[in-house]
Amino acid sequence: MEQEKPRLAVFKFASCDGCQLSLLDAEDQLLAVAGAVEIVYFPEATSRMEDGPYDIALVEGSITTLHDAERIQQIRKDSKYLMTIGACATAGGIQALRNWADTDEFMRAVYAKPEYIQVLESSTPISDHVKVDFELRGCPINQYQLIEVIQSLLAGRKPRTPQHSVCLDCKRRGTVCVTVAQGIACLGPVTQSGCHALCPSYHRGCYGCYGPAPQSNLVSLATHMEKEGDSRTEISHRLHNFNAYAPAFRNESQRLLEQDGE
Amino acid sequence: MADRTIKVETLTRVEGEGGLYVRLRGDAVDEVRLEIYEPPRLFEALLRGRPLEDAPDITARICGICPVAYQMSSVHALESALDVTASAEIRRLRRLLYCGEWIESHGLHMHLLHAPDFLGFDSGLDMAKQFPDEVNRGLRLKKHGNQLVDMLGGRAIHPVNVCVGGFYRMPRRDEFQKLIPDFEWGLNAAVETTRWVAGFEFPDFETECEYISLSHPDEYPMNEGFMKTSSGDSIEVSYYEDEFQERHVPHSTALQAIRKSTGRPYLLGPLARVNLNREQLSPTARQLADDVGLEPLCKNPHRAIIARGLEIVHAYEEALMIMRGDHPTGKPRESYSYQAGEGMAATEAPRGTLFHRYVIDEAGKIVKAVIIPPTSQNQAQIEADLKQWVTHVMSDDEQETARQCENLVRAYDPCISCSTHFLNVKIERT
Repeated sequence: MEQEKPRLAVFKFASCDGCQLSLLDAEDQLLAVAGAVEIVYFPEATSRMEDGPYDIALVEGSITTLHDAERIQQIRKDSKYLMTIGACATAGGIQALRNWADTDEFMRAVYAKPEYIQVLESSTPISDHVKVDFELRGCPINQYQLIEVIQSLLAGRKPRTPQHSVCLDCKRRGTVCVTVAQGIACLGPVTQSGCHALCPSYHRGCYGCYGPAPQSNLVSLATHMEKEGDSRTEISHRLHNFNAYAPAFRNESQRLLEQDGE
Repeated sequence: MADRTIKVETLTRVEGEGGLYVRLRGDAVDEVRLEIYEPPRLFEALLRGRPLEDAPDITARICGICPVAYQMSSVHALESALDVTASAEIRRLRRLLYCGEWIESHGLHMHLLHAPDFLGFDSGLDMAKQFPDEVNRGLRLKKHGNQLVDMLGGRAIHPVNVCVGGFYRMPRRDEFQKLIPDFEWGLNAAVETTRWVAGFEFPDFETECEYISLSHPDEYPMNEGFMKTSSGDSIEVSYYEDEFQERHVPHSTALQAIRKSTGRPYLLGPLARVNLNREQLSPTARQLADDVGLEPLCKNPHRAIIARGLEIVHAYEEALMIMRGDHPTGKPRESYSYQAGEGMAATEAPRGTLFHRYVIDEAGKIVKAVIIPPTSQNQAQIEADLKQWVTHVMSDDEQETARQCENLVRAYDPCISCSTHFLNVKIERT
């Protein structure tokens, strides 16, 4: 008898669909992955929709509504491994910028009849709501890392994804430092690798789409940027991006804004 | 017969989250609602106060399938506010980038999202077991689109190379050249794909609606032009908000647009573009449109899959022309200085016209942003067409009816994340 394949489900919360699209964009590996697992729930790709339990749940998007806050609880109960994919699910996403604003005022600015819509005051990562087994960073995620994580979970080992900063990747690929050579502000020193140091190779500073690298020294980088003549508001703006609500970026931008307010 | 409702809780094979609700009174259709429950992300609000340079990167995050469209509409609109005119070289490269997105997005929709409906599969992956050659060919086309966006934009999802004024860095000659052999194969493969889908069995169904797209005297519409309508009007993009109005309805987080002058919905997207600009298609695509027998004014929304195929052929042919032409030289971007002002622009996202308007201040900060995505504009027309379609497909088997309703919705390739909002069919007989 054929052995049962692991059951894979893909769920979406507030997001742009880009991270789950990474799975469909793994064209060369897509049919192989689809052969190794049974995709039992993935509304973007298939009309087949089965209930749990699931072996692996991939979750994209942040929690921004009461309904979604309840839905993630059920998904956690139904799933053996729950893995978040992307900046929205791991750090609240760009929509977390409202965590610093008046959400009601935001709603009034966008909708003629905000009373038709109910949203939470904040946009929060999945780990604020349920236990997460692995968080895959990126806005968008790197499809090779995604394939690695799925394969590792299938093999029952820990995923191998790098934890170093973007700077190291620039050195590896021989990209001349945009800060040193051109004075361009770059979040590379504090941002986790995953993009192969893409932006500097296009002559622009890293804008932090993989979020803070472990043990990154935000204060040191901000101090350097201030010395270069950037205002604290400008620096905090740089951190208020796709991973604004990730703790390290959040704390530093908060510190800068408070200093500015003094 | 008792009244009843048909509900599709989660529409599948569309991007984003939504549902469908149909209420019947006896056998008469009482109400049809495309319910978009994608949580709002409030982009227009969170852009305020940010440097204008952030707009292409941030608005790209509205949609992972068509980030290029958001980048293109935003840079054009902001350049208009700054009185910046991009060079011919930059313009050519922007069209090339857009070709990549059309190939990627249409390739995805045709093969993985829509074709399974015609052949009776739950997904493209299931379909691959019986149609491996067709699905593999489609995946390869999609991959070419991604490779092109990757080459020019740095990555396929949320490219990093686009900026106000042009690009951060020019592509290298070798980057162009290595794509050319694949694109030569792809052009032929896209023709085969279009012939394949044109041979599907299409339901005998036509709708009456106004088709609207950009139009340009010299080229198939992509980045620039005026708004052309099937009723014969020409509208300058600067009058967009005077002509079209978004309304907020209780059952949807996406706004719904109507044409102010008629009070009626309208349709954007590949079918509208081909209906209105067939003569501007590339030679191979134009000939192919005749060969596969696409009507001069096609009113069957199910046949939009053919229009997508033609646009992929066009995109391959135009991309090859650009890549084989003189390699772009000159500076990668135009410089500008800040000035207070307002700018607007519309470009053709794979799903239809995408309008952006920005007000900026003298320090280069965004004061106001207005984004009118194609799906929210198409939504009211999709509901109107569904109302008509339900009467064609109504049967005692509610699951089958719901499935047929979903099929029609997928024909439009609604991007619900875009509408800053996915779908479910519910049919109710009360």
